[in-house]
Amino acid sequence: MTKATDTLIEEPILEIRNLQTSFFTDKFEVKAVDGVNFAVPKGKTLGIVGESGSGKSITSLSILRLIQNPGKVKGGEVIFKGENLLDKTEAQMRQIRGNEISMIFQEPMTSLNPVYTVGQQISESFQIHQKMSKKEAMLRSVEMLKLVGIPSPERRVKQYPHELSGGMRQRVMIAMALACDPELLIADEPTTALDVTIQAQILELMKDLQNRLGMSIIMITHDLGVVAETCDYVAVMYMGKVVEYAAVKDLFKHPKHPYTVGLLNSLPRHDIDLEDEELQVIKGSVPSPADMPKGCRFAPRCPFASEICRERLPDLEESEDGNQIRCWIYTDEWDGEPEVNVNGERTS
Amino acid sequence: MLTFIVRRLLQTIPVIIGVTILTFSLMHLIPGDPAQIMAGESASPEQIELMRERLGLNDPLPIQYFDYLKGIIQGDLGNSIRSGREVSGEIALRLGNTVELAFYSTVLSVFIGLIAGVISAVRRYTFIDTFVMIIALFGLSMPAFWLGLMLIRYVAINSDLFAASGWGTWSQMVLPIITLGTAGAAIIARMTRSSMLEVIDQDYIRTARAKGVKEQVVVYRHALKNALIPVVTVVGLQFGSLLGGAVITESVFAINGIGRLIVDSIRSRDFPIVQGGILVLSVLFVVVNIIVDIAYRYLNKRIDLN
Amino acid sequence: MAKELLKVTDLKQYFPIKGGMLGRTINNVKAVDGISFTVYEGETVSIVGESGCGKSTTGRAILRLDEPTSGQVEFNGEDLLSLSKRQMRAKRKDLQIIFQDPYASINPRQTVRQVLEEALQIQNVVPKSERDAKIAELMEVVGLGAHQADRFPHEFSGGQRQRIGIARALSVDPKLIIADEAVSALDVSIQAQVINLMKKLQREFGLTYLFISHDLGVVRHISDRVIVMYLGKIVEMGDKKSIFDNPQHPYTKALLSAIPVPDPEPEKKQERIILQGDVPSPIDPPSGCRFHTRCPFATEKCKVDVPELRAEDYMKEGHVGACHYMKEIEEGTHKPNY
Repeated sequence: MTKATDTLIEEPILEIRNLQTSFFTDKFEVKAVDGVNFAVPKGKTLGIVGESGSGKSITSLSILRLIQNPGKVKGGEVIFKGENLLDKTEAQMRQIRGNEISMIFQEPMTSLNPVYTVGQQISESFQIHQKMSKKEAMLRSVEMLKLVGIPSPERRVKQYPHELSGGMRQRVMIAMALACDPELLIADEPTTALDVTIQAQILELMKDLQNRLGMSIIMITHDLGVVAETCDYVAVMYMGKVVEYAAVKDLFKHPKHPYTVGLLNSLPRHDIDLEDEELQVIKGSVPSPADMPKGCRFAPRCPFASEICRERLPDLEESEDGNQIRCWIYTDEWDGEPEVNVNGERTS
Repeated sequence: MLTFIVRRLLQTIPVIIGVTILTFSLMHLIPGDPAQIMAGESASPEQIELMRERLGLNDPLPIQYFDYLKGIIQGDLGNSIRSGREVSGEIALRLGNTVELAFYSTVLSVFIGLIAGVISAVRRYTFIDTFVMIIALFGLSMPAFWLGLMLIRYVAINSDLFAASGWGTWSQMVLPIITLGTAGAAIIARMTRSSMLEVIDQDYIRTARAKGVKEQVVVYRHALKNALIPVVTVVGLQFGSLLGGAVITESVFAINGIGRLIVDSIRSRDFPIVQGGILVLSVLFVVVNIIVDIAYRYLNKRIDLN
Repeated sequence: MAKELLKVTDLKQYFPIKGGMLGRTINNVKAVDGISFTVYEGETVSIVGESGCGKSTTGRAILRLDEPTSGQVEFNGEDLLSLSKRQMRAKRKDLQIIFQDPYASINPRQTVRQVLEEALQIQNVVPKSERDAKIAELMEVVGLGAHQADRFPHEFSGGQRQRIGIARALSVDPKLIIADEAVSALDVSIQAQVINLMKKLQREFGLTYLFISHDLGVVRHISDRVIVMYLGKIVEMGDKKSIFDNPQHPYTKALLSAIPVPDPEPEKKQERIILQGDVPSPIDPPSGCRFHTRCPFATEKCKVDVPELRAEDYMKEGHVGACHYMKEIEEGTHKPNY
């Protein structure tokens, strides 16, 4: 359903509707992902940002149904190319994993199997999804290493992960993920464990490969700088929910949700001096999932919170520009100060 | 790798020397006069003095030790007091049986232990897991002599298939192997389970799943090889302790092995045999440990770079 | 001019590598290889660089948590390296350290009160009768409630634990606090709170900070002066403004340009310099300038001659860089070779 005003949903390759994933302990249920909605436009990069405990990584694992016990995807839909992945059998899911949707992870140090060579691990993808012979797969692995810019790939393919640096290993992970030419790449904090100069190399590589291969990317990160540089759209998550979804420029220029504003303001910048001696902070800390706030999840920390925020959870509403926001301030029901200027105090 | 093996071999030299010092001092730790004991209760003072001379007990201690060491290197472990035959011969006669028993028991415990451990880990916190672990706890808590006697009482006596004593034929070997291997299987099962559980939560297992690898392949190809690394060490130690543990099993099943030889010799105060037996078992233990270390290193390529 | 509080001269920290048949020292990891700098009373000096540059090692060497290989560390005019172990322990009252993971450096079986009490007792700065009051005061100072003192570390969140770490450091009224990636593990919103707290405490207690971090955003916000390290050497050093707005060393330039800017349309668009390859091993660091293997401006001279820290006439006072071609690069006469 493309609306005239709808700049956002060009043609989603992936659409998530009301996704719910929980972890169960003996006593209670932790709702790590609690009704998440977003869409990934084809060929574009969607960033998911949030602090620890926001549920961003669990969301990504839920897409590929890689949640392990005691966690469980409880409900919702994950529509990939028109089909709901949550309805697929395990065997059908295996056909999709590493083939149509691939994933790379935060820790290149621990994400590769220490007892197999780099070549063996990349080859495995070819062997599973393209039924190649071992020899053929190994030759293709060398090509993949070349693609991700690893020097002397013929030698590297025979090495074990511990013989490579962190940056190299992340390149290997990317090679492995892209082996079968996936349509969607989920990158879960791909550069968080790396040094900045290496991070710059990896981000550059991912951008370059996206241009060449045309895949869509979900970039999960806590680093707003990485979002600004690599993403087209952003979903900001807080305590298992998307609180704001916007085109990247809109989000950084005109952040709407008080949490987004708070995040941007509390970030010390290396490129400009802040006017204030003090950083603006979001007061308090993320509540434990065991005592989840009744109304808006952010209400206890929000400087604008009013009666309605503490009582009722707002919906994720779409505005005219196609961006989405979950905040009472932007609704007709708002009962607080009539003139709230959420991002008026932004310093940049 | 070669440097490692050489270094590892060099490191065993002090260990072996330590072992020889210990077995050597065994002779001198016996309460009373060794010459008196060796010559027998009814020996005359002259005979004792002759024995003392023959054993070299009048020489200073270091000289005695070096004579002993020289003997060992030449394969001369002295003569049995009881039979007068060479100790080395007596041991060689029985070593095969003991090693066989320990070896088959290890194979059995590795086989059962690995399967049980993997099943338990994959089905963690289910009924199967609990069941396997309870059985393992039983296996671990049962003393070998009791298990051996129970097997004789309830299996060997009621069935023609299994014999209650001796060593050599298939029907004689099964029960002792089970007796000796049960505790090991239990230890390996528990070890494999905890090692697997640790590995199965690793990031690279998630990577494998995200690649679309089948769950069985994830478990056996990606997880088990990593999980085996700590298990190998246990298996090695297990084999070593089985050599010693064989003493009881050999006694229960009347197997003509080193363990039983040592026990009998202690009873009859045949000290050269005890000395030689312990020495051979110790050296065997050290050798097995080297083999384990090399296997460990082969499996765990990461430590190869120091 | 403020008083010199800490003066480090030609500090070296080598870690031996054992190997071979007999386990002899076959080589050294040259983690810190001859660095000199001064910290003045009341200022915040940051040491920045990527992993393996030696920034954390420097902090540990100053406190003699690892014994430095050679060099001098003068604190208030006194050479710390010539002190006996015992004298050094007494000196630690003046020099405290806060680590990245406060949880790892606090005994999990002690309550916060016990942790603080122990620190007070060791340095014996407060009479026993006043310790409870002091603990309550410390808790308030770092923004925790005095009533929380009887809880265990695991009952606190990451940000709160870092506050406990700060309280412990403060308990002995130190002059210098070395903060080793103290806010790196915290979420942004919590990190901002802790940074504000550290700045407030500095104003109130006249503290001096040696702030070790890889996060240049935080460094720009908190520091007066900045030291940039690469492979065990200082490559550039100067006041914050010079380092961030007028970097001279190609490594500093690359490092700054590599950081993603949290603004899709930044006011001053900076050209990104992408360095090739990885940081070489500090076991056999490159000859000459250690950065030459990755430097787009490197020449034959860079492979041979070790550049010393020096200033060009156009640079601000106190701003020095260790590059042969600072002026030529600045004037545009020496071009990168990509």
